[in-house]
Amino acid sequence: MITLLHSAIVFGTVILFGALGEIISEKAGNLNLGVPGVMYLGAIAGLVGVFFYELGTPNPIPIVCILIALVCSFAASALGGLVYSFLTITLRCNQNVTGLTLTIFGSGVANFFGGSLNKLAGGVGQVSVPVTSGAFRKYIPALASIGGEKSIGYLLFSYGFMAYAAIILAILIHFYLKKTRSGLNLRAVGENPATADAAGINVTKYKYLATCIGAGISGFGGLYYTMDYIGGTWANDGTIEALGWLAVALVIFATWRSLNAIWGAYLFGVCYWMYLYIPGLQRRSLELFKMIPYVVTLLLLVFVSMRRRKEDQPPAGLGLPYFREER
Amino acid sequence: MDSKYAIEMRGITKRFGHVVANNNVHLELQKGEILSLLGENGSGKTTLMNMLAGIYYPDEGQIFVDGEPVSIQSPKDAFDHGIGMIHQHFKLVDVFTAAENIVLGLDEEGKLDRKAIAAKVRVIAERYGFDIDPDQKIYEMSVSQKQTVEIVKVLYRGANVLILDEPTAVLTPQETDKLFAVMRNMKADGKALIIITHKLHEVLDVSDRVVVLRKGEYIGDVPTKEATQQSLTDMMVGRATALNINRPDPVDPHPVLEVKNLTCVDKDGVKRLDDVTFTAMGGEILGIAGIAGSGQKELLEAISGLYPVVSGEIKYIPDDGTALDLRGMDPMAIRKAGIAMSFVPEDRLGMGLVGSMGMSGNMMLRSWKKGTGPFLKRKDPNQLAMEIWKNLEVVTPGIQYPVRRLSGGNVQKVLVGREIAAGPKLLMTAYAVRGLDINTSYTIYNLLTDQKMKGVAVVYVGEDLDVLLELCDRIVVLCGGQVSGVVDARKTTREEIGLLMTQFRKEGATA
Amino acid sequence: MSEITRKGHAQEPFIRISKRGDEMPVWKAWGIRVIGLILALIVSAIVIYAIVKLNPLKIYVSMWQGAFGTSKRTWVTVRDTMTLLCIACALAPAFAMRFWNVGAEGQVLVGGIATAACMIYFKSLPLPLLFLVMIIASIVAGGIWGLIPGFFKARWNTNETLFTLMMNYIAIQLTAFFVATWENPKGSNSVGVINRQTKVGWLPNLFSEGYNTDFGWNVIIVLLVATLVLIYLRQTKHGYEISVVGDSENTARYAGIRVKRVYIRTMALSGAIAGLAGFLAVSGASHTISTQTAGGRGFTAIIVAWLSRMNTYVMLVFAALIVFLDKGATEIASSFGMNEYVSQIISGIILFFVLGSEFFVNYRVKFRGAKTGGADK
Repeated sequence: MITLLHSAIVFGTVILFGALGEIISEKAGNLNLGVPGVMYLGAIAGLVGVFFYELGTPNPIPIVCILIALVCSFAASALGGLVYSFLTITLRCNQNVTGLTLTIFGSGVANFFGGSLNKLAGGVGQVSVPVTSGAFRKYIPALASIGGEKSIGYLLFSYGFMAYAAIILAILIHFYLKKTRSGLNLRAVGENPATADAAGINVTKYKYLATCIGAGISGFGGLYYTMDYIGGTWANDGTIEALGWLAVALVIFATWRSLNAIWGAYLFGVCYWMYLYIPGLQRRSLELFKMIPYVVTLLLLVFVSMRRRKEDQPPAGLGLPYFREER
Repeated sequence: MDSKYAIEMRGITKRFGHVVANNNVHLELQKGEILSLLGENGSGKTTLMNMLAGIYYPDEGQIFVDGEPVSIQSPKDAFDHGIGMIHQHFKLVDVFTAAENIVLGLDEEGKLDRKAIAAKVRVIAERYGFDIDPDQKIYEMSVSQKQTVEIVKVLYRGANVLILDEPTAVLTPQETDKLFAVMRNMKADGKALIIITHKLHEVLDVSDRVVVLRKGEYIGDVPTKEATQQSLTDMMVGRATALNINRPDPVDPHPVLEVKNLTCVDKDGVKRLDDVTFTAMGGEILGIAGIAGSGQKELLEAISGLYPVVSGEIKYIPDDGTALDLRGMDPMAIRKAGIAMSFVPEDRLGMGLVGSMGMSGNMMLRSWKKGTGPFLKRKDPNQLAMEIWKNLEVVTPGIQYPVRRLSGGNVQKVLVGREIAAGPKLLMTAYAVRGLDINTSYTIYNLLTDQKMKGVAVVYVGEDLDVLLELCDRIVVLCGGQVSGVVDARKTTREEIGLLMTQFRKEGATA
Repeated sequence: MSEITRKGHAQEPFIRISKRGDEMPVWKAWGIRVIGLILALIVSAIVIYAIVKLNPLKIYVSMWQGAFGTSKRTWVTVRDTMTLLCIACALAPAFAMRFWNVGAEGQVLVGGIATAACMIYFKSLPLPLLFLVMIIASIVAGGIWGLIPGFFKARWNTNETLFTLMMNYIAIQLTAFFVATWENPKGSNSVGVINRQTKVGWLPNLFSEGYNTDFGWNVIIVLLVATLVLIYLRQTKHGYEISVVGDSENTARYAGIRVKRVYIRTMALSGAIAGLAGFLAVSGASHTISTQTAGGRGFTAIIVAWLSRMNTYVMLVFAALIVFLDKGATEIASSFGMNEYVSQIISGIILFFVLGSEFFVNYRVKFRGAKTGGADK
């Protein structure tokens, strides 16, 4: 049970980052279906950054590794967000189509460089950044062993710092959206851009910033995946893309609330790993178990639309371009 | 510089394409006064005020605030000059609370302290006598509550000049009284207010001074004390201008549509039509007059089966004499029975036309179901489109050219032409000449008269009183969803209709 | 006075964007798109050069070789173009209705599952009957998969983009389930080539005996579908209803169109055609089923359909372009020791530019001080 929860939390952290970024973006009315691509970009940029640092430095300093990874990751995925923003906000392209293109582009870039890195690493064909990955996975053994082996301490304190960062970030985003003026303005932009515009809010600026910062945060999901989840390497197996879509699902599941996303992410994680802990399961049935997060999300989506509670609906301006003169 | 005037507008001209919305208009607003801006629909009141609110920018002329020349290019500029406008269509975020909407977009320091904001809102509310709950969500509010939020929003931003665009159009009489009380409180506090309205009794009730516009021109201003309903009506409608519309006598009038005690209620529970009774005759044109939003749209839609009816009767009597109850029939069946409606909404395309299709595709909107088999019959609609193109002189590169890209007049010709082509027994048209030039308007009048001569019952909802007087045989005047009078168009005067349009039937009084 | 007026004008925004009032001539619109495409190719070339320091021209030549170098390659390129085109055709009715069906991936997969199931369970049926059963099964499966989101949209106005997106992943897991069920050989985690020996249920060559040397049937089926969809959208009453609903639900109601029914029916159709694409992917191409059977083409097709403005013949051009990039890049990967994902990068760049060029087709950009008419692009 503890190990299930543990792997659920690790799994959940990846999609939590992805979903948090997407929440910010969607709250500003931009349905960015490029989340998988953005997560790819964040993952590869962080990996490439530290790979060259570790390659060129005899004794890499862990903290520098972490900083390089974070900065590269954020910059690359925010850049992806910027391309999306420019196309959808300034050039008013269709959001769905642009987002999907970003996903294609991001996964292309990431897998291209990831594959090349594997080649560069030579021999076995697997790139590895042990120092950075170690730093990302570091936890405090004393805390983690509270209550003995694989017990409460393990459950609560045995993760790399990013797992906690994700929770803190979720709380911060909640605080930002609910308690600050800027957060209020942001939500207004997503709900009703014309009203926001009339109230003197710079709609374009908010949309750009929300989408780029959101993309940067989503990118951390990819980074966490490469550095912590699979231990500082690269795999061209398309997992990040699947996780990216799960992050989009999580946004819906959390009804656009970052606090809900925390437990939602872990719940998705439990659903994802549950099959390991159910005895006598055939391999084909476990595939059905992996379907659960999506089915649950779908049911919730239907339920929410049936209930028509205003607070649970997607932002009213989601997916629509805003053009002042088209009133 | 300290000026006597809060606002001065000098020589303001605004054109939209070839249409002159405001021509060399002057307006002064003194501090601590309530000014009524009076005029018929399309007289340019809202356009003029939108230039103060930063929605439009004047083509010519200069605005002064407190005696200083200013350039107002955005709503934010307007706020910075202390001008706030309450539009007819509220600009509020539905899922936000009143307080959240009020502070939206302000660059005040610090975090969002809901308690402090709510307190500040309550102070404003108390000072002027508003009834507002800062924590209530907008989507839970009634129209009047939403309006209150809009006004408080403007006051919260420190506006000294408030512009209210037809604020009473959506209010009940009780709510209107409350609003006026609040307005007087604001005035007592030194604010200057402009209220746009075309209800004369309200003008007389609340304002200190009246400025009248007609057809985009400044007509004059009078202190309210010296004005009467009659004098204001005269200013507003002007002298009757002879249009010389050809009006033959009705041929063999016979009842085609009998509406009895029709009552309709909208989504918010407001009565849009209240006990409406009238008869439309075949072979005559029945005009429907009334200020905008008096129930014209709802009436037409109710007859066409597009608006829910609460109570009353809609009886349709086709040639064979057997009456048909239209209530509860679906729109398609009603249209098949021989009833045509062309409603030209403000945005022209909202209903009845498919903007992305050409004339030919739009002709099909009526006939697409014709014929057996899965395929569209394009021949007839194409032919019809060609006919309308030629006969009504529609300016378009071709019948496949998207109607969205046509000019307003041409769009209307397409719409009206199609409805007439259906050969209806009852033809209803609303604002058919909205925004059209004189010549095109006459084309439409003649089309309608032709229909009348064929024995069709024509219902014409119009804005221009002169046209109603010269085109129609009888005129039903609507006021606040009620019929305030039915008059003979040949005998009545502009003044009589003008008064009927603005006089609400007093409770208990019989019409 | 004049001074003040001038001051007002000086504050006119630097760039003004307005919707074009008049339709741009077709040649000009396509001109802009072609310019976008050329810019994209230049940017891609720079990117390629920056990464691998190889002459980009050589790379483009090599890509051509990869797509059309041999007759076998040409046929594979054609085959994949047809599959992509078929999916894009499936999306056309939904998009014409402004219904964002991003669920083609899943609709293709369930169509593929149905096809594979028939190949596995009904191999004893006479061939013509088997093909009929396969086609019907794939269409029905895809149709149901499309109908579900259509129903919820019609009934409760459930957001269709998010709904169809989720349906994709349910379909993927469903596929994984069937892959595990039909695993062959055991432990391979794949179905393997179905009926490898007998080739029962394989779409045969059109121009010769045997299999897999030409894909004429794919071409015929898809071009037929493309033509029928175009006729359906442009010439039938259903197509008319779809356009009206897409333009304005209010107008549709005014015209007596049953909006809900149109939503459901059109989405069932959209899913059905995607299901047929699943049939082609399984019976007409890979002869197996896996979670990669749709291979992201359900998403690529969205872009193809959107850029082509629901014209199925224009879709052919975009589908061919994308498949060409894909095939070409695979070739580069082997001959220059690069990685095949470069194709996705190039596709991405090209699509970004083509998407961006739509803006200049639909909007007029006017710089401050420019004479009326303004500068285009």
